[in-house]
Amino acid sequence: MNIWITILGFLATVFLAFVVGVFYGGFVRKITARVQNRVGPPVYQNFLDIVKLYSKKTAINHGWMQHLGPAFAITASVTSLMFIPILNGTGWFPWFENLNFKGDLIFLLYMMVFGSLGMALGAGQTGNPNSAIGVSRGLSQMVGYEIPWVLALVALMLQTKTTSLTGLLDYQVSNGTWMMFESPFAFVAAVLAMLGMFHYAPFDVPFAPAELSSGPASEFGGKYLALMMSSGSIFSFVKLVLIVDVFMGGASNLIMLVVKTFALYMIPVLYGIVSPRYRTEQSIRYFWGWPTFIGILGVIYAVFVR
Amino acid sequence: MINDKNSKKIVDIIQDFSRRHSLFVLAYGTGCGAIEIPPTMTSRYDAERFGIRGMATPRQADLLLITGYLASKTLKRVIRAYEQMQDPKYVIGFGSCTINGGMYWDSYNTIKILSDYIPVDVYINGCMPRPEAVITGFIELQNLIKEGKANGAQKYKENLEWYRENQKKVIKDWKMPDYNW
Ligand code: SF4
Repeated sequence: MNIWITILGFLATVFLAFVVGVFYGGFVRKITARVQNRVGPPVYQNFLDIVKLYSKKTAINHGWMQHLGPAFAITASVTSLMFIPILNGTGWFPWFENLNFKGDLIFLLYMMVFGSLGMALGAGQTGNPNSAIGVSRGLSQMVGYEIPWVLALVALMLQTKTTSLTGLLDYQVSNGTWMMFESPFAFVAAVLAMLGMFHYAPFDVPFAPAELSSGPASEFGGKYLALMMSSGSIFSFVKLVLIVDVFMGGASNLIMLVVKTFALYMIPVLYGIVSPRYRTEQSIRYFWGWPTFIGILGVIYAVFVR
Repeated sequence: MINDKNSKKIVDIIQDFSRRHSLFVLAYGTGCGAIEIPPTMTSRYDAERFGIRGMATPRQADLLLITGYLASKTLKRVIRAYEQMQDPKYVIGFGSCTINGGMYWDSYNTIKILSDYIPVDVYINGCMPRPEAVITGFIELQNLIKEGKANGAQKYKENLEWYRENQKKVIKDWKMPDYNW
């Protein structure tokens, strides 16, 4: 009996992440359009795109690895989602328990990279030169933003003496503060790293439609592209909820969650709309500059000041 | 009821609706008409409000937009791009050059009638058509999809030999595989 409820909770969680993520994508397109003085597509446009791509009659693949690449990506997104407490306190869906364990923050650091690596393998098999360039750019950029991101999380772990997400949430709830104020340097470093994680404009180096023909995705059509788009939507929800959980004290109900994640999401989106694109080395240099410095400050602050 | 062949299932209705309202365009901009694509897509005429969006590669696109005259050299690339697109796929011929040669009607190295070489679902007349006309063409295509008449890809598969024959008349050094999936 219990296992069925768990499975139901799992499905409901994935569904929630998918719907919220896709709607956010639609809102982003709408906001971009408004900034550019256009009407823009309806907010449910991304649903139509995904349904259309799933209902394409053919989808070509060049071998097993290309077939598996998008599957890896969505596996990584869903697995990471299973470790993120959607709400603090009780679960958002009755009786559904997350898979949290001690040290899951470190596990998540690895798990969140897995999807990109799977995509890299998949894109590698297509043999398209644009994919290869896109993958190498994406992985180099990842080396850039992972450093401030890890530094920020390490600062938190040092400060709260816990490596579990639920531990961090409990710490914030019981002390009545947000880590955002407790550890401001780490928060700034994490937000700057987040700019890179979302791949919006100055950091859309790996996709670059104008020069790389959308990079790693260039040989993926039909249901593969649909899988990648759904995975991307779920994953952006995962990243947002993770940062809200870690820095903003989680959320006590779904409305609060949507408000907080949307406010957070607007940082990379609005920064992206008004920015051109960096070159790869500029973007890496950016992340190894101030964000890393602030991250180190955060660690020092966590060890010596608090 | 569900297995009834003639009644449209709810799934089909949803699929048709999304096919109609989400067209990923691959603009093949070699002809001079390509200059009308940017205003169609940007703030003045904003084709994105109909779900029409530019895409970078043929694999991801549904709609191939041939903007104007095609030299016999570029025809080869168009065929490759068209055959790499995934079903269901549509073609819009853009400008009078694709209809009857336009002002290149007596040119020695452009093709005259595009639908001899690849199946065209909608033609947009004009030299060059204004963005309003382009958007009208898109809407026309959406209506055709709704009525189930935009089946150029099917026609292409059924009459592949005929199309190949015409294509090989123009492309003398045919070094491509028989079908470039
Ligand atoms: S129809 Fe006119 S504008 Fe279009 S490609 Fe031909 S000559 Fe150029």
